[in-house]
Amino acid sequence: MPQLNAVPMSWYLILSAILFTLGVAGFLFRRNIITVFMSIELMLNAVNLSFVAFSHQLRQVDGQIFTFFVMVVAAAEAAVGLAIILTVFKNRRTLSIDEVSSLKN
Amino acid sequence: MDLILFLIFATLAVVCAVSLVVQKQPIGSALSLVGVMGSLAVLYLLLGAEFIAAVQLIVYAGAIMVLFVFVIMLLNAREENPAGRSWPSRLLGIPLLTVFLGLVAYLMQRMAPSMGTVTFGSFNTGAKEIGRSLFNQYLLPFEVTSVLVLIAILGAIVLARKEID
Repeated sequence: MPQLNAVPMSWYLILSAILFTLGVAGFLFRRNIITVFMSIELMLNAVNLSFVAFSHQLRQVDGQIFTFFVMVVAAAEAAVGLAIILTVFKNRRTLSIDEVSSLKN
Repeated sequence: MDLILFLIFATLAVVCAVSLVVQKQPIGSALSLVGVMGSLAVLYLLLGAEFIAAVQLIVYAGAIMVLFVFVIMLLNAREENPAGRSWPSRLLGIPLLTVFLGLVAYLMQRMAPSMGTVTFGSFNTGAKEIGRSLFNQYLLPFEVTSVLVLIAILGAIVLARKEID
């Protein structure tokens, strides 16, 4: 049993893995395009957690810089992605990813 | 004390993430995602990343989630149709994900002795250290990111222009 004021590093990484797996599950199982997009955000957050954990372990600030960049890219991605969702809804009147399959045929 | 805080907020994050996946309404999923981001911000604080915790709350839980909620309300997103998946994907999905998670957890546990523990206060980085690193070593990526954000703004405007009439 670990001491009460020290958390094992592996717990943070396992939590990050659990969150990432849940994000993948949401990405695979959900049909609503907005929920799928939110699952991607969940995966990004999980990776951010392990970046910050490794930054703490290595006593270097670089991991947090990477997290910062991931956040900026996620913000850009959210803006463009939601604009694409708006356009898809305008053209097709649906939010189900099963019905948006032009690239399949 | 650290351990208790970690357990509380890790549990909260996992519960909210499960809720994100199983919620029927998109707005419920969005609120669960806010819960995940809030508890992750506390975990960042425990790891000594003060600046990242603040940015997590301001940018993620603030700006990005407002954008999501706004689009959900704009499009009046309701419950989705039940999935019409083929039987192999139905049958294999959850076991494969469990195998993936088990594999990662096993590797983490094997690496665990060499990784040590996290104690609050042993490594703190505020905005000062982040800024110093950002504007010395990572100056070029930082500038490139600003161009990326500019392009994203232009792209979003072009895509969503003459929208709902």
